[in-house]
Amino acid sequence: MVGQLTVNERKLAFIILVLITIFGMVMVITGADSLFMIHGLIFFLSGVGGIFLVISGFFLPPPDADTIHHYYDDPTRAGIILAMVWAVFAMFIGDWVAWLLAYPELTFDAAWASFGRLRPVHTTGIIFGFGGNALIATSFHVVQRTCRARMPDNLSPWIVIFGYNLFCLLAVSGYFLGITQSKEYAEPEWYADIWLVIVWSIYFLLYLRVLARRKEPHIYVANWYYMAFILVVAILHIVNNLAIPISLVHVKSYSAFAGVQDAMTQWWYGHNAVAFFLTAGFLGMLYYFLPKRAGRPIYSYRMSIVGFWGITFFYMWVGSHHLHYTALPTWVQTLGMTFSAMLLIPSWIAAGNALLTLNGAWHKVRDDATLRFMMVAAVFYGLSTFEGSFMAIRPVNALSHYTDWTIGHVHAGALGWVALITFGAIYALVPWLWKQKSMYSPKLVEVHFWLALSGTLIYVFAMWNSGIIQGLMWRTYNESGTLAYSFVQSMVEMHPYYIARAIGGLFFLTGAIVGCYNIWMTARSARLLMTKAEFETPDLGIASGQDIRAGE
Amino acid sequence: MNIDHEMLVGFAKSYGLFYLLGLSILVLVYSFWPSNKKPFDHAAKSIIEDEDRPWK
Repeated sequence: MVGQLTVNERKLAFIILVLITIFGMVMVITGADSLFMIHGLIFFLSGVGGIFLVISGFFLPPPDADTIHHYYDDPTRAGIILAMVWAVFAMFIGDWVAWLLAYPELTFDAAWASFGRLRPVHTTGIIFGFGGNALIATSFHVVQRTCRARMPDNLSPWIVIFGYNLFCLLAVSGYFLGITQSKEYAEPEWYADIWLVIVWSIYFLLYLRVLARRKEPHIYVANWYYMAFILVVAILHIVNNLAIPISLVHVKSYSAFAGVQDAMTQWWYGHNAVAFFLTAGFLGMLYYFLPKRAGRPIYSYRMSIVGFWGITFFYMWVGSHHLHYTALPTWVQTLGMTFSAMLLIPSWIAAGNALLTLNGAWHKVRDDATLRFMMVAAVFYGLSTFEGSFMAIRPVNALSHYTDWTIGHVHAGALGWVALITFGAIYALVPWLWKQKSMYSPKLVEVHFWLALSGTLIYVFAMWNSGIIQGLMWRTYNESGTLAYSFVQSMVEMHPYYIARAIGGLFFLTGAIVGCYNIWMTARSARLLMTKAEFETPDLGIASGQDIRAGE
Repeated sequence: MNIDHEMLVGFAKSYGLFYLLGLSILVLVYSFWPSNKKPFDHAAKSIIEDEDRPWK
């Protein structure tokens, strides 16, 4: 890895890592609370680890002049592996949390293992650890291929991958320790937030620099979605995390917003995280990998553009549907509700576009589990966006809000759409990147597919049942006008569904572990087959979609 | 200048509405402009071909 950096880039990497190390050291020395010092230690150790890595390769011969004629794929490979590691870790935590809801004694009387700490570990690990790394890795691949341009330098992609994972590590370790600013999906404290702004700006600039080197005047639509993801996530992150720390040496900070403004800012952020992190970026993935794998251009390119602007401009306004029946002015609630309903149009444009692209390639969907991952992802995208628009309608929300229906809806999106499209993209990418004809075992891809699909269905059906029963029990009155059921009674009714949900999650986790093994073995056989020199040449003989025969 | 609730609501309900309507028209015109069809089709097809290396 260091061998591929030019001598100047090695020096620059060294300087950056020294600065990170010093920064960590200052945090440890000046830290006024032990939590702050622990996070300083994480900065320090990451810096030191990086320095050792750079020194170990510092005197290697500089990279071949020929490398600039190849795409730079090593950061993509690293991102895919990191995404899979985060997937297994965060799905394990998620399934633990699921069992914990059925059997509360599974906290083992440890503070770090309480529901309130494990739950953000699960959500952050999946959304940012798994999803974020997958988005960064695939975006590096897609932007280089669609622009026919190499990365402008070799260091920036590594800074993005390293810095981003350092942020995820700070976030997750912080929750275990009890560090949180109590904003859902934005729990990390101020110093971690600032760190992410720096890393994310480098990512944004890197993306623009690749686009600036492109061959075609027109930018392929997948890049628009990736760009929207990068740019809007930056805006959301900065605004929602505006806060004043109680001092520069404490973890604690106070938000710039209060009361209903705080709630509205948080859900403007929260729902746009769904829109631009979990939708726009993954649609970018879909618009590249699905046509590529199916060997057919996207059904309607025009519709992909109309859908893009629809999604970017409608999503911005829907956050207030999280605050129905609250102190938020009713007209703002209605605005969010209306835009949520309108959002169904661009969402179904994307889902329909994906499925119509497969018309004429259904035999490939039948035979190729990788393409089937993407197809089922598009179906779940269509289903969960319909469900989302429906649940945003105020009277429906009266039944669904605060119940497990919401959890079911989120997981229809997260498991069925986000995770399945990611696995599809990864199974398409791994053989290309490691120069193999196919995955190590196409049968295991098939196994993963069925585990993931059955896990998702078990999960979603359990939560639909559970949520609607919950909602109905909470609103049933008896003849004297008081509530017919106590809260505890509704919890007793949930118990079987919680067990079913945890089993569904276990299926999904098992599938991800199978996937890790398969990816590992594919990478390993690539190393065994190729001589070292050939392996380091990034892009000889990339298998195109058509080269992969049915059944492989 | 005091920015109050009524003013924001008024702004959102007037300029906000027309800005979104205008934007929608612009997007539709751009997407369906006849001479844009060729580059769009080209873009859609070009990713299917093998991209073995950067162009420069």
